Amino acid sequence: MFFRRYLIPRFIQYILVIFFGITAVFIIPRLLPNDPVMRTIGELRARGATLEPGAMDKIITDLTQMYGLEGSWFDQYIAFWQRLARGDLGVSFFQFPTPVSTLILTALPWTVGLLLTTTILAWIIGNVLGAFAGYYAGSRWSQALDGVAMVIRPMPYYIFAFALLLLFAYAVRWFPVSGGAKLGMQPGWNWAFIQSVLWHSFLPALSIAILGMAVWFQTMKLVVQSVVGESYVQYARLSGVTERKIVSRYVFRNALLPQITGLALSLGLIFSGALITEIVFSYPGLGTLLYRAIINGDYNLIMGITIFSIFAITTAVLIVDLIYPLFDPRIRYS
Amino acid sequence: MKVFRDLLRDYRFFWGFWILVMMLVFAGLSYFSPYDPTLWGEVPRDMRPSAEHWLGTDSNGQDIFWMATFAVRNSLTIALIAGLVSRVIAVTVGMVAGYLGGKSDRVLMFVSDSLLVIPLFLMIVLLAMLIRNSMNVVSLGLLLAIFGWAWDARLIRSQILSLRERDFTKTAVLSGTGTLRLVINEYMPYSTPLIFSTLINNMAWAIGLEITLAILGLLDLSIPTLGTMLYWAINYQAVLLGRWWWVLTPITLSILLFIALYWLSVSISEYLDPRRRVQRVGAA
Repeated sequence: MFFRRYLIPRFIQYILVIFFGITAVFIIPRLLPNDPVMRTIGELRARGATLEPGAMDKIITDLTQMYGLEGSWFDQYIAFWQRLARGDLGVSFFQFPTPVSTLILTALPWTVGLLLTTTILAWIIGNVLGAFAGYYAGSRWSQALDGVAMVIRPMPYYIFAFALLLLFAYAVRWFPVSGGAKLGMQPGWNWAFIQSVLWHSFLPALSIAILGMAVWFQTMKLVVQSVVGESYVQYARLSGVTERKIVSRYVFRNALLPQITGLALSLGLIFSGALITEIVFSYPGLGTLLYRAIINGDYNLIMGITIFSIFAITTAVLIVDLIYPLFDPRIRYS
Repeated sequence: MKVFRDLLRDYRFFWGFWILVMMLVFAGLSYFSPYDPTLWGEVPRDMRPSAEHWLGTDSNGQDIFWMATFAVRNSLTIALIAGLVSRVIAVTVGMVAGYLGGKSDRVLMFVSDSLLVIPLFLMIVLLAMLIRNSMNVVSLGLLLAIFGWAWDARLIRSQILSLRERDFTKTAVLSGTGTLRLVINEYMPYSTPLIFSTLINNMAWAIGLEITLAILGLLDLSIPTLGTMLYWAINYQAVLLGRWWWVLTPITLSILLFIALYWLSVSISEYLDPRRRVQRVGAA
C-alpha cells in the first residue's frame, strides 16, 4: 500500500521535477534571439579576457556542442541530455580547460562542510534555548530572548557576515577574515590542516548560525508554549506524572517533530547555501565559485552549478520525505 | 477599523506600521529631489555628512540623502510589483486547486511543489545574466513575481480546502450561487488577511533578492535601489576607505524595512489565529 500509493507517485514527481528543471536550464539561454555562442564570445572579448592560443577555437566548438547548436531544437535537446548522462557539464571558459564538474567537486566539500555543521549546530542550540524559553514563557529572560530573536529573524543572512567582517577585520583581529585555510597549505587529513580549516571557518559559520538559531528558537518556543497548554499535558500532570517526565516525554518529544521536518528541509538547501557569506569571507565553496562565474561571465559554469543543484536538492528532499515516517509514527502515507 | 485598532495594540504592528509609513514618506520625497539620480557628478564627491548634505555624498557625486529616497522608492516599487502580481497568481492557483480539487489540484500542486524544490535563485541568476541590461524596476518585479508564488498558493489552497467543508458553502451552492460569486463574495473576506500577510512576506523576500542580485551586479546598475547603492559602495571600497555614511545608509534603511515588514506580518498572522488573539487582547 505504502509502496503503491506513496512511493511510486513520489518517485515519479522526483523524476519529473529534475526533467522540467533541467529542461528550463536548456531553454533559458535559447529564449533570446541572438546566437548564444557568439554572444558569449563577444562578452569574453569585451572583458578583454586573455586566453591561451587555440583556446578560442576550442571554446567555439565546445560551446556549439554544449549548447548543441547543430540540428533542430529537438536534436539539440537530445544531445544535451546525452552529455549530462555522461556526467559531462562542459568546460569552464574562465579557467579553461578545467571541466565544470571538477570545479564543482573541488568546491563542494567546503560548502557542505560549512553549512552542514552550522545548520546542525544552530538547530541544536536554537531548539534547546527555544524549548526552555517556551517552558518558562513567563520569565523575564525568556521574553528578552524572544525580543532579540524578533530583531534578528527578519535580517537577511548576509547582514551578519558584513557586521562580523567589519568587527573582526578592523576592531579586533582574533579570527582570520578570508579564505578556507592558511594559504599554501596542502589539503589532507592531518591535524594542522583541520585546525586551520576550523579556525578559518569560524566567522562564516558564526554569521550563518546566528540567524539559524533565531529561526529555530522562535518556532520551538511557540510550539512548546502551545504543547504545554494541551489537555493531555494537563491530564498527565493531574494524574501525578512527574514534571521531569512530562517535559521530556510529552512536551519536548511532541514539539520536536515539526522541527525535524524543518531541519530536513533546510538540509536540502545546503547546496545553494549562503552565497554571499562565502563571498564576503572569500570562502572557497560553491558560493564563491558561482560569484566568480558571474563576474567573469562564465555561463557554462553557472549552468553546471544550477544543474548540479537541481539534482542535489531534489534528491535531498526526496530522501528526507522517505525517512520522515521513521520520526513520526502517525504518518503512514496512506 | 476595529481590526486595525486591535492590531495597533501590538507593539510589533505599531512599530512596523509607522516605520513603513515613514518609509513611504521618505520615498515620496524623491519627487522633490533637487538632483537627477541618473547623472553623476551632481555634487562634490565623498563629502562627510554636513548641513548641506545631510547624509554626505558618494564617489559618484550624488547626494546620499536624495539618492536614498529614490532607492527606497524603487526597491518598494519592485517589491510591490513582485508582490501584487504574484498574489494574482497565488490566489488564482490556490483557489482553483482548493475549490476544484481532483486533477487540477494535483497538477497545480505539482507545479508549485516543483518550484519549491528547484534552486530558484540560480534560475534567476541564469536569466539575469542574459538580460542584465534590461533588468529594470518593472522587469525585475515581474521576474520575481513569476517565481515567488508557490508557497503562498499552498497556504491559500489549504484555507480554501477548509472553507469548502463549511456549511455555508453547501447553503450557497444549493441556493444556486455560481462558483465565481461564491469564491469572490463568500471566500474572499475570509482569505483577505491571509493574502495580505503573504503579500508582506513576499515583499520582504523580493527586497532581499533585489539586494542580492544587485550586489552580484546583475541589475541595471544605473537605477538607484537599496541593492545598487550597496553595489557601488562595495565597488568603490567605501568600507576600506572609511566612508561609513555611504554604506550605513542603505544598510540601515534595508534593516528598518525588513524589521517593519516582518513585524507586520507576524502581528497579522498571530491576529489570524483566534486562540492567540484571545491571549493578546486579554493581556493588553
